[in-house]
This record gives sequence, structure tokens and C-alpha cells, in this order.
Amino acid sequence: MLSKRFRTSIVTAGVAVLALGLAACGGSDDSGDSASGDSSAAAAGGGGDAIVVGFSQVGSESGWRAANTKSIQDTLTADAGFDLKFSDAQQKQENQIQAIRSYIAQGVDYIAFSPVVESGWDAVLEEAKAANIPVILTDRAVDSKDTSLYKTFIGSDFVKEGERIGKYVSDTLGTEPINVVELQGTTGSAPANDRKSGFADAIKDNPNVKVIASETGNFTRAEGKTVMEGFLQAYPDIDVVYAHNDDMGLGAIEAIEAAGKVPGKDIKVVSIDGVHDGMVALSEGKISYIVECNPLLGPDLAKIITTLHDGGTVEPRIVTEDGEFNQEQAIAALPDRQY
Amino acid sequence: MSITRHRLFWPVIALLALLLASVLKSHTFLDIEVRDGHLFGGPIDIIRRTSVLLLVALGMTLVIATRGIDLSVGAVMAIAGAIALTQIASSPDPGSVATVASAMATALLVCLVIGIWNGFLIAVVGIQPIIATLVLMTAGRGIAMLITGGQITTVTSAPYKSLASGYTLGLPNAALIAGFFFVVTALVTRRTALGVLIEAVGINPSASRLAGVRARTIIWTVYILCALFACIAGFIKSADTMAADANNVGLFIELDAILAVVIGGTSLAGGKFSLAGTLVGALVITTLTLAITVLGVPANAVSLFKALVVIVVCLLQSPKVRNSSWGRRRPAATVPAPVEVPA
Repeated sequence: MLSKRFRTSIVTAGVAVLALGLAACGGSDDSGDSASGDSSAAAAGGGGDAIVVGFSQVGSESGWRAANTKSIQDTLTADAGFDLKFSDAQQKQENQIQAIRSYIAQGVDYIAFSPVVESGWDAVLEEAKAANIPVILTDRAVDSKDTSLYKTFIGSDFVKEGERIGKYVSDTLGTEPINVVELQGTTGSAPANDRKSGFADAIKDNPNVKVIASETGNFTRAEGKTVMEGFLQAYPDIDVVYAHNDDMGLGAIEAIEAAGKVPGKDIKVVSIDGVHDGMVALSEGKISYIVECNPLLGPDLAKIITTLHDGGTVEPRIVTEDGEFNQEQAIAALPDRQY
Repeated sequence: MSITRHRLFWPVIALLALLLASVLKSHTFLDIEVRDGHLFGGPIDIIRRTSVLLLVALGMTLVIATRGIDLSVGAVMAIAGAIALTQIASSPDPGSVATVASAMATALLVCLVIGIWNGFLIAVVGIQPIIATLVLMTAGRGIAMLITGGQITTVTSAPYKSLASGYTLGLPNAALIAGFFFVVTALVTRRTALGVLIEAVGINPSASRLAGVRARTIIWTVYILCALFACIAGFIKSADTMAADANNVGLFIELDAILAVVIGGTSLAGGKFSLAGTLVGALVITTLTLAITVLGVPANAVSLFKALVVIVVCLLQSPKVRNSSWGRRRPAATVPAPVEVPA
């Protein structure tokens, strides 16, 4: 059997792991507690002065999302007349629904959230409607038939993003016959469906551009790389990679380099998002073109809430302004980039 | 010996069928050529990619042989990658070998603690393995998220990157690392009594204890080994993209690893285990993933395609089907199915 000392040290180690685990749980508990704590403080202070906004974020899965969170937190500040309650759903719908219910219970003035998936929101949104709390969707939409459940949906037009990148491929690269492989986002998600169809629309009139393969890379760098490795084995004559987000494009670049080819030269990569790592790769010429998907929704969100608060009305769909970048523009834009 | 062969017959056939289907679709698939001073080609891709799964499945085989299961391996991979890359990123000299070595040492230490914790819960406290490891399967990603601060940071460090993308003597480092641990594990379990002891514990823990086998120590050891193998797999996986993605690194790999072990003929009921079988199982799963891309299976049919192949392999392996349909050549009808899919 083990010596007593060794056993003691193992128990100590075990306790350390347990403590870590508890710390992890404690982390999420804290945010919940502080949210409810804030609200009671706000309620005590009287609702008249600050607009109380409950925001439920999808999670913190990418650079894009981090920039989105920061923009909202930096805009809806106490100085600007807002009392922001922020919660992170860690990519789980039940967490988001729970957060929205707690906002309703706290009686916030407005609820804003980025739905992690498109369906299954009717019940909780009806509760919000019954409580007379206006709801604003950011970044992603819900598929509810009843559009009275939310005031507006603000975010990028994913179809248009696909069209713009398709137009670039068709106009700039498609002057000669080219073979395109497509790295799709998460199967069935709105950005993946829309970016695929937008792209297909934009290239359909150019017989030079041929999409020879299309697989899902699940919006992650690792899967983008794996799928691209397979493409490189299966198709020796790939000219262009169209990735539905920067991260998969970056994974594809790794695979292209591992296959002894030069990204940007032998195989051109185009993608959507414009996160920092993607822009760096673009400035180095590894990515050839990026259509931006603007995460800085904070200022627009603040404007919408102020308008609604002053009794005004807003359009049911507000599309954000997105830029697009080639290498020179990326080099110029990088120093001032907020994300 | 002949029984083992027997058991591995259909998995090997499945592997060959997948390779054949890929070659029919892309004629140069099995060609190996020298590019930039290293070997390049389909088979090289397969062995490089198998390395991560093989390492995890290796630990899983030993755990399953003791009647256990370890669901926390994916989370352990995420933690290992998160610790190593975060430490490398925050060091003043990310490119130095010393930095990388110390970062990996820290991660290994933490994974050792995790393995001790899992083993403690199961061997000492007596919690059922599936419950005990479920704790870290769910909480582990939370820990990894805490370490990375919820961000996916890209790190530049040549020595670390070479773990996954580098080549030695023309062969991928990742495959060499996995191969090394595979051979060592095989030697240690088959050239010493350890393998037999593990099987004894798996078949009947009480009886083996009464027979003088230190069941508790052995169970504890296999969980520690499993965590350490997962840690190394986490290094390779995170070095593959040089970004610590706490949410996605090793996601669902515990299921792939269990599948590899099962395809390899090791029973989930514990007892006899086959490391060679696990190797074949891991190769089948990796080749399957690669074949999906090569064959151009539509994205929304990928899961179905995978499920079909796995179901066919498992069915063919079950003793009942194996005995009853021996001369009927039913497998010949099912195996070429993948070829039809690309059309």
C-alpha cells in the first residue's frame, strides 16, 4: 500500500483540484449574484434617472464576440445614463433563458440579447412582452413568426456578406477559370446558411468560378484546418478557399502551408469577420480579402434604446455598416482596429 | 492469437474499404511524395491526425480494461493546451525551448493532479467512474476557460508548433510521439505482469484483491496514465492551431476514444484489452473523418455517414452476427456503400 505521507500529499492535491472546480463554479455564481445585487441597488435608487438594460451575451467564444462584449459594455455606461446588467450564457440557451427571466423578475427597462440559436424563444419572449419590457435582438435573429415579440433586430446581413465576398471572387479572381473550396460554418446556423447562399448567388453568372467542394469547419480554427487538409488531398487544383469566418480561414492557411504551398499565391484565401488575427494575416498577404462583420454594436444599441425611451419608434430590422478590406486597407486599418 | 485476429478482421476491412473508396475518388490519395524535405500524402496525414486520438484512446483502453471509463479526457486536453499556451504567451521569450519545456511541465503537473483526483474518487472513495469523471468533464472546460480568460489567443512559438507540424527524419513529430507512447505502453503491459493484473482487476476486482493484486493502486495508476496521455494529446492538438480554444479543443474526443477502444475489440465490461485493436480503431475513425472530406459527403449528411459506418463495423464485430452471417457475404454488400455517397 501507499505510504502515509504519499497518501496525505495525494489528498492535499485532490483538495486542490476540488478547490479549482469550486472556484470555476463560484465564478459563474458570482456574476449571477452581483447581477441581482446590482438590480436591488438600482431599484432602490429609483428607476427615473438611469435606463436599466439587461444584456444576455452568447458567450466568449471568439475574438469577434470579445469585441462585441467590450463595445456594449463601453457604450452602455453609467456616464451615458445606462445601468447595464450583463450576463454571459457560455453558449447555452438555457442560461440565456434563465438570464432573461431574471431580468424580467428584476423589472429592467429593456432587454437585449444575442440568441445563441434561432428557435425556442417564444415562451420567454412572451413573458417579457407580458411584463411590458421591450426586447432588442443583436447580432443574431430568432425564427419566431410573431414579430411583435421584439422591437428590432440589429446586426449584419449575412447574405450580403456572402454576396460581397462572392462578388470579389467573381470580379477579381474569376477572370480566369478557378476552383473554389468552401469552408462552411456550423451546419444549420444562420450565418452558415446565409453566407453560403449569398456567395452562390454572387458567382452564379460567372462560368469561370466553380465551387468544387463545400464542407463544414464548424467556425473553428482546428476543424477548418482538418477539412482543408482533406481538400488538399482530394483536389490537387484548388485556387481559392472561401471560409465563412476568419478562424477557419486561419486554419486553412496552416494546412496550405503544411502542404508546401504558399497561401495568397498558390491558393488564395478569402473570409468574413475581420477579427484581429484575420486582419494580421490579411496584412501579411496570407488572406487575400476580408468582408467585415462589424461587432461594434454598442453605439447603435444605445441609440435604439434612447429612441425607444423617448417614445420614438425604430425599424424592425437595422443592418449595421460593414467594411471590406484588401491587403493595403488592412495594413492601414490595423493600428486603429478595436478588435 | 487467432481470436484476436478474428476480432480485428472487420475493423481492418472497414479501414481498407475507406482507403479504397478514397483512392477511387482521388487517385493520388495514397501517394507519398517528398515536399520541403518531409513526406507528404494521404497516409502521412492519417498517421499524423491519428496521433491525438491514439494517445487518448491508449489511456482509455487501460481504464476500460479495469471496468472503468474516463469522460474527462477532452476537458483535460483543453486544460493542458490552455496552460501550456497561456504560459508560453505570457513569457518574455515564447520561441525558446526552455519556455516551452517549462510550460509543458506545468501542464503535465496539473494533469497529474487531475489524474490523481479522478483515481482518488474512483479507487479510494469508490464513486462510479462515469460519475467521478463526469465532474471534470463539465467543470474542466470551465477551468480551461478561466485559464485562457475566455479568449482564443494565437501564440507564435516555433518549438511548440513543431510538436504538431514538425517532422523528424521525414515523419511527422506528432505520429512519432504517439507511436513512442504506444510502443512503451505495449511493452510495459505485455512484457511485464501489469497487463495481466489490469485485466484481473477488470474481470473481478474483489477476487483479484483477495489473490494479492493491489487493485486500488492499479486503478489509481490507469487514471493517472489516462490523464497524462490526454495532456500530451492536448499539447499536440493545441500546437496544431497554436491557439488555446477552451471550448473546442478535444470536444467529444472522449466518445471517439471510447469508440476506438470498442472497435478495437476491448469490451466495456472490462477485462481483456487489445492495444493493437485500439490502434486499428483509432485509424478507422481518423480515416473515416478524412474520407468524408475526400469523398465530398455533404455537410449535413456527415453525422449520418459516420453513424452508418460505425454501426456496420460494430454489428459485424458482435459475436452473434459474426457467427450467423459467416458465409453470407452480407458485409460485401454494406462496405462499398461509402463509394456511392459522393454521387
